[in-house]
Amino acid sequence: MSRRSLLRGAAVGAGAVTLPALLTACGSGPGGDGKTITLGSNSSDPVPKKAFAEAFSAYAAQSDGRKVKVNTVDHNTFQENINRYLQGKPDDVFMWFAGNRMQFFAEKGLLHDISDNWHGYKGFSAALKAQSSGADGKQYLTPYYYYPWAVFHRKSLFTERGYQAPKTLDEYVALAKQMKKDKLDPIAFCDKDGWPAMGTFDYINMRTNGYEFHKSLMAGEEAWTDKRVREVFDTWRRLLPYCQQGANGRTWQEAATSLQKRDAGMAVFGLPHPGAQFSKTEQGDLDFFPFPVINPEHGQDAVEAPIDGFLLAKKSKNLKNKKSLESAKDLLKWLATGKAEDIYLKSDPNNIAVNDQADTSQYSALQKKAVDLVSGAKQISQFMDRDTRPDFSSTVMIPAIQKFISSPNDVDGLVNDIERQKKSIFTSD
Amino acid sequence: MSFISGRRTGQRGTRRFTRRDLVVLGVLLGIPVLLDIAIVWGPTLASVALSFTSWDGIGDIKWVGTRNYANLFTNYPQFWPAARHNLLWLGFLGLVAAPFGLLLAVLIDKGVRFSRFYQSTLYMPVVLSLAVVGFIAQLIFSRDQGALNAIVGDTRTPTDWLGDPDLNIWMILLAAAWRHTGYVMILYLAGLKAVDPSLKEAAAIDGASETQTFFRIVFPTLRPVNVIVGVITVIESLRAFDIVYAVNHGRNGLELLSVLVTDNIIGEASRIGFGSAIAVVLLAVSLGFVVTYLVQELRGEKNR
Repeated sequence: MSRRSLLRGAAVGAGAVTLPALLTACGSGPGGDGKTITLGSNSSDPVPKKAFAEAFSAYAAQSDGRKVKVNTVDHNTFQENINRYLQGKPDDVFMWFAGNRMQFFAEKGLLHDISDNWHGYKGFSAALKAQSSGADGKQYLTPYYYYPWAVFHRKSLFTERGYQAPKTLDEYVALAKQMKKDKLDPIAFCDKDGWPAMGTFDYINMRTNGYEFHKSLMAGEEAWTDKRVREVFDTWRRLLPYCQQGANGRTWQEAATSLQKRDAGMAVFGLPHPGAQFSKTEQGDLDFFPFPVINPEHGQDAVEAPIDGFLLAKKSKNLKNKKSLESAKDLLKWLATGKAEDIYLKSDPNNIAVNDQADTSQYSALQKKAVDLVSGAKQISQFMDRDTRPDFSSTVMIPAIQKFISSPNDVDGLVNDIERQKKSIFTSD
Repeated sequence: MSFISGRRTGQRGTRRFTRRDLVVLGVLLGIPVLLDIAIVWGPTLASVALSFTSWDGIGDIKWVGTRNYANLFTNYPQFWPAARHNLLWLGFLGLVAAPFGLLLAVLIDKGVRFSRFYQSTLYMPVVLSLAVVGFIAQLIFSRDQGALNAIVGDTRTPTDWLGDPDLNIWMILLAAAWRHTGYVMILYLAGLKAVDPSLKEAAAIDGASETQTFFRIVFPTLRPVNVIVGVITVIESLRAFDIVYAVNHGRNGLELLSVLVTDNIIGEASRIGFGSAIAVVLLAVSLGFVVTYLVQELRGEKNR
């Protein structure tokens, strides 16, 4: 995500965010022909970009005369401009994330209510519906795929050395100790981009204190100075000696490479991260186990699995036209089917479909395992930056976690810092 | 009095400006003035105004008085390091990189062998943008795959040049100085070429040593270049942004005021009021330098 340069971002951003909007604005006039839907895409990486193109052309082929016109914008730029994009001249349909990051815009009235679509949707779990709903209980997002986070490792390395996937924290630490003895970096670790380490925090917190506490902590309802939060950092500190040193100077690509090169034994990642870094021939060697149990009361109930999907932009001029709105909703209906997700996943096997009617027979072993992991989950979390306010996660939590990684001993100072800033941010409006 | 009335009569007699002249003047002066107001003063004043509000970029703008500033000074761990780093940047470029550039310029001006080669090699980084310098710095200083650790050959406990918050600012300063030195060198080279050789000859006849000639004769005649170098150094230090952003988004030891502004305003965070407050602080610091410079210059003008 963050590997893109600022330069490129700025150049692409200036052109790509304004241009397509302008073009669509003058191209078809208000209303357009009612059959062409513009779609703002943040899938700028080649693999997903191609996969989406395939999905949309499959849609065009089966619908009568309806077409999707895709405007792709660099991933980071899209994210940074989302505020202005949605308030300016957005495309009719756009890609975005579930959870808090969607609810924020729903609350501001920038999203179309698609609850009527949801009445017809089949194959979505209750957890999915909850993550696609705003605070007002209406649905705004059509989910498309997700990717669970877990502890990834190489199958061959584990069999070679006789390592067993650990079930509890103590076993996890024991395994890490053994790996250290075997001259491996037990846990590949990175946080140069600021977000990858958040996944580890989320898991330790959910395993220690449960999903409900995690959710209210992210919502700003719990104090970061609470002893339960300190416990999370204490547990993390216990793991740090087994994590690759110098994490703040390492990108996730570099960390995934050390896993791939057998320099590191394990890594807490989302499915696409090692998935994209492992070569085609090595894909089969990639495996994972769920993050170990810390408090038996919460077991391995929660799974971190960010959901991406499609939404309708309220400010889109085109959607004022009834026919266009109908076309856009028709596109969402189609995207919500298992078949549509299959077409996408065929070209991008690093995610899994959200619809339980999707054809899993084509899945790799790893994808099948991921499906089991998610479908067995009692709760699904999104990711720290999707479960809390964006201003809090980016301006407070990123520096705080990086500080913790480079000097893990002052937990008191750290949580006090976070709590003070949290108060000022969460009470700012 | 007579002067003024004289001008008045002159104006009445032969109109110095025709209507067309006035239109042309109006357009030529007016457009830049309007642009200046629209893209410099407007946003500046808007930033100052916004710094007293809380706004997420979508909803209502709320007045919060000086709360953003109070928050900034007492409750934002990144602020003081960022201010310190900006000053460090200024000190390093001004006291290390710029003098070093001068030294190189003097050496090349004396005509060492291969001076053209040195000149172009040292100037080369100046054509790169700082963001590109940042990427090059990463290729060299990256812990796992960087060239420096490969050369040092320490694979057991490699130094984390860019990830260690005590170390990375120095590495980045080195990279920034790499570019700044070349810039300063080329300016001084041009200045040195313009120094009248007869001055040096006179000094030599008077028996001045080379060092004396330089510090007593040559350096003072370089005053205009010194001023330019000083201004450029201040500007470069205060607007430093791209290189740290390219390396790690200006976090974890590389904080700069400009980055904090961006972090808070651009992107999903959209703490526009808070970000504006940081921008106002940066503006105040810059104004300090600008005003000092202007006062000095105007005084110099009078003395001349």
